[in-house]
Amino acid sequence: MEIRWHILLIIAGASIVTFIPRVLPLMVLSRMKIPAWAMQWLNNVPVAVMAALVGQELLLSDGTFSLLEDSTKILAAIPTFLVALLTRSLLGTVVTGIFSMLLLRMVY
Amino acid sequence: MQTTPQLKHEAQESADRFLQGIKDCVPTLLSYLSIGFAAGVVGNTAGLSIAEIALMSVLIYAGSAQFIFAGMIAADGSVAAIILTIFIVNLRHLLLSAALSPYFRRLSPLKNMLIGSLLTDETFGVAMNHASQKKPIGEKWMFGLNIAAYLNWIIATLLGAIFGQWITNPENFGLDFALTAMFIGLLVLQIANRKRIAKDIAVALSAVVFVVGASFVTSGSAAVIAATVIAATIGMVMEKWK
Repeated sequence: MEIRWHILLIIAGASIVTFIPRVLPLMVLSRMKIPAWAMQWLNNVPVAVMAALVGQELLLSDGTFSLLEDSTKILAAIPTFLVALLTRSLLGTVVTGIFSMLLLRMVY
Repeated sequence: MQTTPQLKHEAQESADRFLQGIKDCVPTLLSYLSIGFAAGVVGNTAGLSIAEIALMSVLIYAGSAQFIFAGMIAADGSVAAIILTIFIVNLRHLLLSAALSPYFRRLSPLKNMLIGSLLTDETFGVAMNHASQKKPIGEKWMFGLNIAAYLNWIIATLLGAIFGQWITNPENFGLDFALTAMFIGLLVLQIANRKRIAKDIAVALSAVVFVVGASFVTSGSAAVIAATVIAATIGMVMEKWK
């Protein structure tokens, strides 16, 4: 149950470098008047970042393009997308994703 | 004494909003549990003690960062290299934090700091989803959402650290896909609620194309940042054309 000195150092450093990007824009930008074009840009960030994360998870493995290497992810994504579209339920979507992956891994 | 009932009412209302935030966090619990569990297992495998894994979750609270931490410790990475890598991987939080800032204009810098310190991809997604249904993002609601997710994460990584000795491969249970499914759900719900479907799909598709394109020249996390910036810009330009 011990905490080693160099691990503590890395945790402290990592907590600072993850803290700053999280809080700085919120603290600064919420005090400023943001121009209309910047608001339009920020308005697109949620869809853009979620799509980029989905693309990264589905199409890249270890940061490189690998469509054929692990096609189970693409296959599992199909029912997951459908359930999200049809039910609009976040929990249902996550459960569908896990079960699809579980079944695919059993088959393959 | 006439103000008392009103005060009571207000207190009750704000408690309701806090509880609603916790309730709205429920769909993320499953994906957090599985990813947090996996992060705990990986930390255990890398030789980190339970106390170290717990401290990591309390202070860093970022899934990708904690996986990298464990991976680089196992590979004997230097202190500076690990901190720098974690910094780069979590830079996308700048974008999330900026996109959230218009909703918290009336809050003090301290409250904005507290909200930002617990910001994650998932809580950001849930908050934006909430906003896209034309519901206001209240401060109490946001704290409820954030704190529920935070505690769940700490518990999940601890469970992974404790039971990690017996479960070496969480992938066998399909749990690794929970995070992807979460992102898919947040993306679809976001687009469905915003009622600007054609434009949003164009932004989403360009983000996917650019994240793959950027992955050829840079790391995965830098690719996500580059793709987000480019796709958001494309969306902005499309709006100007209209």
